[in-house]
Amino acid sequence: MSPLKIKRGSSSHSAYDLRDYHEQTIERHTLAVVVDNEAGVLARVIGLFSGRGYNIESLTVAEIDHTGHRSRITVVTTGTPSVIEQIKAQLGRIVPVHEVHDLTVEGPSVERELALFKVTGKGDARVEALRLADIFRANVVDSTLESFVFEVTGTSEKIDAFAELMRPLGLSELARTGVAALARSKADDKPS
Amino acid sequence: MSEEQMTGAKMVVEALRDQGVDVVFGYPGGAVLPIYDEIFQQNRIRHILVRHEQGAVHAAEGYARSTGKPGVVLVTSGPGATNAVTGLTDALMDSIPIVVLTGQVPTFMIGTDGFQEADTVGITRPCTKHNWLVRETDVLAGTIHEAFHVATHGRPGPVLVDIPKDVQFANGTYVGPKDVKTTHYTPKVKGDIELVTALAEAMETAKRPVFYTGGGVINSGNKASALLRQLVDMTGFPITSTLMGLGAYPSNGKNWLGMLGMHGLYEANLAMHDCDLMINVGARFDDRITGRIQDFSPGSVKAHIDIDPSSINKVIHVELPIIGDVAHVLEDLLKVWKTRGAKTDGAALKAWWNQIEDWRSVDCLKFKQIGKTIKPQHAIARLEALTRDHPDRYICTEVGQHQMWAAQYMHFNDPNRWMTSGGLGTMGYGFPASIGVQMAHPDALVINVAGEASWLMNMQEMGTAAQYRLPVKQFILNNERLGMVRQWQELLHGERYSHSWSEALPDFVKLAEAFGAKGIYCDNPDDLDEAIKEMLAYDGPVIMDCLVEKHENCFPMIPSGEPHNKMILGENADTQSAIKEGGAVLV
Ligand SMILES: Cc1cc2nc3c(=O)[nH]c(=O)nc-3n(C[C@H](O)[C@H](O)[C@H](O)COP(=O)(O)OP(=O)(O)OC[C@H]3O[C@@H](n4cnc5c(N)ncnc54)[C@H](O)[C@@H]3O)c2cc1C
Ligand SMILES: Cc1ncc(C[n+]2csc(CCOP(=O)(O)OP(=O)(O)O)c2C)c(N)n1
Repeated sequence: MSPLKIKRGSSSHSAYDLRDYHEQTIERHTLAVVVDNEAGVLARVIGLFSGRGYNIESLTVAEIDHTGHRSRITVVTTGTPSVIEQIKAQLGRIVPVHEVHDLTVEGPSVERELALFKVTGKGDARVEALRLADIFRANVVDSTLESFVFEVTGTSEKIDAFAELMRPLGLSELARTGVAALARSKADDKPS
Repeated sequence: MSEEQMTGAKMVVEALRDQGVDVVFGYPGGAVLPIYDEIFQQNRIRHILVRHEQGAVHAAEGYARSTGKPGVVLVTSGPGATNAVTGLTDALMDSIPIVVLTGQVPTFMIGTDGFQEADTVGITRPCTKHNWLVRETDVLAGTIHEAFHVATHGRPGPVLVDIPKDVQFANGTYVGPKDVKTTHYTPKVKGDIELVTALAEAMETAKRPVFYTGGGVINSGNKASALLRQLVDMTGFPITSTLMGLGAYPSNGKNWLGMLGMHGLYEANLAMHDCDLMINVGARFDDRITGRIQDFSPGSVKAHIDIDPSSINKVIHVELPIIGDVAHVLEDLLKVWKTRGAKTDGAALKAWWNQIEDWRSVDCLKFKQIGKTIKPQHAIARLEALTRDHPDRYICTEVGQHQMWAAQYMHFNDPNRWMTSGGLGTMGYGFPASIGVQMAHPDALVINVAGEASWLMNMQEMGTAAQYRLPVKQFILNNERLGMVRQWQELLHGERYSHSWSEALPDFVKLAEAFGAKGIYCDNPDDLDEAIKEMLAYDGPVIMDCLVEKHENCFPMIPSGEPHNKMILGENADTQSAIKEGGAVLV
């Protein structure tokens, strides 16, 4: 009856299985979302991710324009390309969202994260911690005779690497800000 | 006049008036008393007292869907607001513009677990398009105007404004709709002209095209329906529609295939499956439509016209995504296609229509009315026959088999005439919706096609219908079963009918009479026409209790998890093994 060749019974996937897991890889994207700084806006963004089952690897938010009441949310998320597209479209639907930028695809960008490490120890371990901190260009922001608090800024990978090194040397507490990111300058950038 | 000092409560009424609101559905309580006091002191806005806040929201949905204007609801804090949640979710799923105003405890008590305090904006955040908690009287009027703007622009939807009681009492400056600072919320309505041109090109060469239209055409307004009709008539392409889009193209139009989807027509579903060009106009590839995604219309190029970018490529990947408003895009599409010579592949279309006629000859909706029991299909077919020529008819439904039979056997020749809960499938929607429709169209014939189980879910609204003498006709197909659930248990759970029958049903005639309305009972096919005529003739609310076959299944049906060409038809239905293991987890 049908002039088309129809695959039958070729798949037992359910109707909700919207993505082809076999062909699409999981990608990591950094999104910058500019929003009105109003009550509940962060809850809307987080609620969207949890309600629709998207991943959040990192999320930072702070006001960036006091007079204009604007905040910038930086979200690092993972998903297949079609899920990433959905996330952007869904973010765009939120009424107080002004702009959604996918820094991962919109050209080169820079990402930075800040972390504070409390490392407790004596003797050789303490010396080694300080030596490594120097290599990582960490600042010592507090110290006692038995501890340091280091401040490290860099990519998330750099912070991961520093944490790995500090663990055996007495890492007792760690606080990370999450990623902040910006697109690199282009010729036509203007002051805002 | 537009910059004036007044209390927040007065502002609410003033803002509603300035928005052209003529009716509000609501229920009072402590946290909205100042607003009720203002309503008492004026007579330009009519307030309809419902019997449950869920009823208010569905009534507002019915009002909105039948007029194209936003529906308005006013309820109190706490339980008033939580009772509105189902209606809000329903409106969100079906893209219905409504504005819900809730009272809230005074600002200085928020967070103290005050009497009837609920985190209303928190609870309703995921079930509104947007919501606001207003903390100062000065911004109240602006927020209400903004709420109307958001509800009605872009993809329509429900919004909520939560107003603490001290904000209602305090004085502030009123601003009119024109003086509100314009919001940045201005969704794009014009489609990308290159993509529109590509679609026009595809239409010229398509051999097996089909229009797949949906609720977005209704949302877009009468102009969209008119343009769609023009486009369909000029191209000669077949057209099908979702449940939500019925009436946008007339069912007496010659290119009409009938509804598609899980309980759609054979010819519509096979046309979708076999087409080479699918033109989706304001529909969202719902799972009732697609069946098994992998096998959905495997050989077609797909175009999708939708105002919401998140609807595009959400479920089905399309080659021609056109983001914009239906009316704007169709206007451009017609222009471009006509300028290019208004061409189609006539010979191929002829062959395609021959194929479609072949499918149509299966006559997938045929049924036999035999014996002394009324078949539900027959009841609907008679209702249709006896009301078809009414100049001003509106049909609402509840949710279940009766809803699908109404969609199959009733015909809609205009948009905004069909009110049903599609996305959420809310039992209890239809009765209050019919009240909202009748409020908007006092002289129209408004019928709610109901199942007895659904109808009971909001039966308290009999009080509303009686109080306001709304002549809504409640046409109950009483199978003493939760019919749709029973059907799935037959197909999927080895005929183990776990809790899917309606026991201890009321005597619906007495129930109607208890509210001062009219009740009619009918269980004999020979009396059916007379009973329906009696219902239609009565000037006031009527419940017609129509006893029907208890074990009827609704066909055609695409079992969940199956592709379009695996439909079960009524005649040779093998219901035992219809749903396979993979499909069983689906709803
Ligand atoms: C028991 C039951 C059985 C059902 N069986 C079926 C069935 O067999 N067949 C069927 O069709 N449905 C069925 N449904 C309904 C189904 O669940 C969906 O609600 C329905 O298919 C969705 O319709 P739609 O695609 O037209 O989308 P809608 O929900 O109406 O969405 C409209 C779409 O249009 C877009 N839009 C809105 N405004 C505009 C505009 N101005 N311009 C452009 N785009 C716009 C929106 O963004 C959205 O994507 C059933 C429901 C129930 C409860
Ligand atoms: C609020 C709500 N609860 C449960 C359901 C699941 N459900 C879908 S159809 C149905 C049975 C409806 O029975 P009835 O109203 O008598 O209609 P029929 O199917 O018999 O025509 C049920 C329970 C629902 N859709 N909505």
